[in-house]
Amino acid sequence: MSGLGWLTEPLQFGFFRHGLAVATFAGALCGLIGVYVTLRGMSYIGHGLSHAIFGGAAASALVSFNFYVGAGVWGMAAALAIGRVTRRRIIGADAAIGVITTASFAFGIALLGLYGQVRRSIDAAIFGSVLGVSVTDVWVVVGVTVAAAAVVFVLYRKLLFTTFDPEVAAVSGVNTARMDAVLMLLLSVSILATMKVLGVVLIAATLVIPAVVARMLTNSFGRMLWLSAAIGAVCGFVGMVASYHLDISSGASIVLVGAALFAVVFAVTGARGRRNVAAAHVG
Amino acid sequence: MTNAALVRLEGVTCAYRGGAPVLRAVDLDVAPGAFTGVVGPSGSGKTTLLRVVLGTVRPVAGTVLRGPGLRLGYVPQVETVNWDFPVTVAEAVLMSRTAGRRLPWPSAAERREVDATLDRLGIGGLGRRHIRELSGGQQQRVFLARALLRQPQLLLLDEPTSGVDVRTRHEILHLLADLNAGGLAVVLTTHDLNGIAAHLPDLVCLSTEVTGRGSPQEVLTPAVLERTYGAPMDVLSHGGMPVVVDRHVVHEAVGR
Repeated sequence: MSGLGWLTEPLQFGFFRHGLAVATFAGALCGLIGVYVTLRGMSYIGHGLSHAIFGGAAASALVSFNFYVGAGVWGMAAALAIGRVTRRRIIGADAAIGVITTASFAFGIALLGLYGQVRRSIDAAIFGSVLGVSVTDVWVVVGVTVAAAAVVFVLYRKLLFTTFDPEVAAVSGVNTARMDAVLMLLLSVSILATMKVLGVVLIAATLVIPAVVARMLTNSFGRMLWLSAAIGAVCGFVGMVASYHLDISSGASIVLVGAALFAVVFAVTGARGRRNVAAAHVG
Repeated sequence: MTNAALVRLEGVTCAYRGGAPVLRAVDLDVAPGAFTGVVGPSGSGKTTLLRVVLGTVRPVAGTVLRGPGLRLGYVPQVETVNWDFPVTVAEAVLMSRTAGRRLPWPSAAERREVDATLDRLGIGGLGRRHIRELSGGQQQRVFLARALLRQPQLLLLDEPTSGVDVRTRHEILHLLADLNAGGLAVVLTTHDLNGIAAHLPDLVCLSTEVTGRGSPQEVLTPAVLERTYGAPMDVLSHGGMPVVVDRHVVHEAVGR
């Protein structure tokens, strides 16, 4: 099969076209938000929030409530709770994430135990699936991506200042608490919009890998932002096509493509890239 | 506020999380055109004092009065900066321009202003360099440039010469003196009594409380220094300037 044929063959299926669009936009979205997440040393939060949202997804499925509304409200509440606990500084961000998100995840697991009939849809949420992606899901991801890009565009300087130097940003008139809240909300909405294709377990990697690869390639924040979004989109697209041919879950495929790209860039950029990766607070 | 002070602290006491006070009953005026150094041992409340002036730390008692519309510039300790953050010199300097323009990229006027500020501080042409690629003195100037871009009336610097060599220390001191001569009020904290504090026109000695205020000749005295540092110190004179020495070091040297 030619390279072009390898790419175009799965496009004959409508469900795949939807999944491909969602994966590509989801990759760009997670790549964009992931820059702030990694530079703020909150890479673990993507992992934690997706688990927190799982609790909301399980509860929504049980009561046949709209997935996006139910899981979304749940996720935003978890994100704001994490932000609030972290700002008190007694408890570190990692511990706050550990407590709040695992409690929410445990709640979802408990619901599964009590009401096993929702297991199939929950499994798809955990590992990611292209099969359940509807036209509505495509528009949700596109809408969230455009909205997130607009927020980052308009608040670019304030978000950068808050991320780099929150104390001086506050002195300079930036409402850093509001910027923190904006980022947490963007993150939880992004996870919510991309969870169906990427899956709860693997979504954190799509936040971290594009940002870290971009960090190895540039020392400029502005360039890192668009590079990370572009890398995320490419990983989403290629990973989705690969998942069709290899018959593996879409989330796993996208993450593996990203991991392979990371390994290549890590090797090619040498010591400079490795130093930059160490600088991004991953973990 | 009387006497047109830029900032006035009256009986300010600060404590973190209900602990022991890190500042106690501090009275302090900062006048326009002031060039003031705050000296004291580690943990004496120097950084907290700056934060009170900045408004990021609220006193548990006392009042802080700031002149109406006062513009403050702040240069934090370089040790607090994440030097591996992906940001170029120009990006770092432009951060302080958060009001007005909504677009991420700088306008032509902003670009000219950044270039002019970098030129003024002797680091022109380095705008595209990553902040980690600069020398210690150049890095300090980047954050000075960021503060100056706000066109402050009062510039606060936390340990601006820590970790730099003697030549860089002189350059930074002269740079600040030039800015002060241009009308900018400057308040800095320092551990360096001989290299920095002795060259400033006005000193505040701090040890949770204000233990002395005045010119170096007035406050760099054995009595004030012992009150401030809790250790005996001798003060010699060199070319009319006080030179502070640890009494134990002097005795050891004389005894040899």
